[in-house]
Amino acid sequence: MKKAEEIFQILKDNFPESNLELKNDQPTEAILIAPPLEIDKISLFLRDSSELLFDSLMNLSGVDDPKALLLSVYYHLESTKLKHKITLKVSTDRNKPEVSTVTEVWKGADWHEREAYDLFGIIFLNHPDLRRILMPYDWDAGYPLRKDYENPEFYQGMKVPY
Amino acid sequence: MPQDSVLNTKSSAVRTEEMVLNMGPQHPSTHGVLRLELTLEGEIVSKVVPHIGYLHRCFEKHCEAMTYPQIVPYTDRMDYLAPMGNEFGYAIAMEKLLGIQVPERVEYIRVIMAELQRISSHLVALGTYGADIGAFTPFLYCFIDREKVLNLFEITCGARLLYNYIWIGGLSHDLHPDFVRKTLEFIKEFRPNLKEVNDLLSHNRIFIDRTANVGILPIDTAINYGVSGPNLRGSGIKWDVRREDPYSIYHKFDYDIPVGEGKYGTVGDSWDRYYVRVLEMEESCKIIEQALEQLPDGDVQSAIPKRIKPPVGHVYARVENPRGDLGYFIISDGSTSPYRVKVRAPSFVSMQVLNELCKGYMVADVVTILGSIDIVLGEIDR
Amino acid sequence: MGFLDKEFTDGNIVIAKAEDLFNWARLSSLWQVSFGLACCAIEMMATSASHYDFDRFGVIPRPSPRHADFIIISGTVTLKMATRIKRLYEQMPDPKYIISMGSCSNCGGPYWEHGYHVLKGIDRVIPVDVYVPGCPPRPEALLEGLIKLQEKIRNESMIKKSA
Repeated sequence: MKKAEEIFQILKDNFPESNLELKNDQPTEAILIAPPLEIDKISLFLRDSSELLFDSLMNLSGVDDPKALLLSVYYHLESTKLKHKITLKVSTDRNKPEVSTVTEVWKGADWHEREAYDLFGIIFLNHPDLRRILMPYDWDAGYPLRKDYENPEFYQGMKVPY
Repeated sequence: MPQDSVLNTKSSAVRTEEMVLNMGPQHPSTHGVLRLELTLEGEIVSKVVPHIGYLHRCFEKHCEAMTYPQIVPYTDRMDYLAPMGNEFGYAIAMEKLLGIQVPERVEYIRVIMAELQRISSHLVALGTYGADIGAFTPFLYCFIDREKVLNLFEITCGARLLYNYIWIGGLSHDLHPDFVRKTLEFIKEFRPNLKEVNDLLSHNRIFIDRTANVGILPIDTAINYGVSGPNLRGSGIKWDVRREDPYSIYHKFDYDIPVGEGKYGTVGDSWDRYYVRVLEMEESCKIIEQALEQLPDGDVQSAIPKRIKPPVGHVYARVENPRGDLGYFIISDGSTSPYRVKVRAPSFVSMQVLNELCKGYMVADVVTILGSIDIVLGEIDR
Repeated sequence: MGFLDKEFTDGNIVIAKAEDLFNWARLSSLWQVSFGLACCAIEMMATSASHYDFDRFGVIPRPSPRHADFIIISGTVTLKMATRIKRLYEQMPDPKYIISMGSCSNCGGPYWEHGYHVLKGIDRVIPVDVYVPGCPPRPEALLEGLIKLQEKIRNESMIKKSA
């Protein structure tokens, strides 16, 4: 059972040139910030390293931050054998959001990433099947969960607002 | 995939083609509006692609517009077969963020409601599973017992299906004076009924032939996909959020965690997942009896804050819902509405395994496997 | 009043209007398409279970829309699903009826304000005969909706076209 600081130290030792940070000033949990294009290598290490063994991805969610012009993805990881947890965060530019996919590491991330693409527009590089999952396939009015989303007036002849 | 599947040995003498069959959104056995695109070689399934989103009700967008207490009725409507579990998870996440400690009576009542809800949800799962396979009578028997549980909920908070009962910091109403007596009566009547359903369905030769050795889920695949709840326990591993990541007062009770043992087939087949649910109902009865004995007095509304304005931060909390582990990720920016709420629904994660489980089986087995995973579309689409 | 309340005089002969006979036959054996969307579908299943039996009114769930007389739209209708419901409605043979059950299919329900993917009421796509309010409506309320539908059918005329 390791604490967030120890996990951060192990990661820093193994990925010295990556830009990693630990933020634990906010209530309830510490966040480990990682670069968006290297998250797949970091995740593979987190899953296979014998000290960490993070074999289960609990949650993957997208978050919009229009003030900082960033789109972020939060990963909540857990180890079923060693019983510790960690939260990771990656942030990308809002106009060109690209994050590496982690579906090779945890297959359950597949649909979570499709949902983040559908509702926020985050592109996951090397994803096996990146298309919309909850909204209709021909929805062209944007990404609904962004803070600046506007409702279209009509969709296929049906009035959308009340 | 079964050993003797036709997909392994293809004859080259006859030219065959694959066929795409649509199990559309309106289907008697798909447990809601789900579309399955099956690619078939004759009668054998080679690929299943689920299409979801037919019930996407924009829960997360509503959360950003409503205040924290106003979100509770919306959490009800996600997994509409276990609303108490959803509300419980939300309350625990918010109390962790706000740092509130609720009175003991509230904790006990929440546990009793969550376990009664587990019984009612598993009854629906078993009843509809039998009805999908073709056995209609257990459906009626399960719903009779479910009506008794809904009566108990109705005398407590007034609603049969969607309760708005577990609030942040407490409950909306205290227990009715007759509640304890009626619940003990219900449990006394329920145990022989459970035995009856077992005799009718679980050990029935036809049911076993249809469900044993069908849809085998290995443990490593399950953990990699993130499957949880009875689906994971059916594969033989004792993983329960109530033990691993304890919340509320579950550590005070003495209960067992049933796992699949492969009694009639291989470990991790559909019969195991089904039987784990039957055994869990018995364990829930034990927890309810212990909780009713130890129930303390107190005021259920004393810790409810007048105005909920949490500090800037984020929280991730999870509970053991009847379908798996339900997680809430809430980011707060210091105002009276959340900045972002993400719900990690167990059925959303379990649906992804369907393709792996159905390869090599026949079309009728797809219905069996889908029923054994026990999904609720309201939760998948949110 | 029931069709068979009239007295039998000469042997087994009852004299009545043809309209009454057809309406009575239609309302006594309404077959529904088993179609449930969301939470209201669970109350619909509870209504057809043994406590609040639906079968005593002659209502049998049929899996295919081509065998059915009426459809109960129970639950939230989303934009993705609305096109499919329209297709289901067109597949049902005449005379067909629609009961809109629950607040979501009446008017959008609790999702009326911020639901970007929710259709605010099924009557924007297909014509509804009976609205049953509630979230979810109790089984007794659904049974009352069914009885109102039966009254509507009882007063139908063969000559005048319905709206």
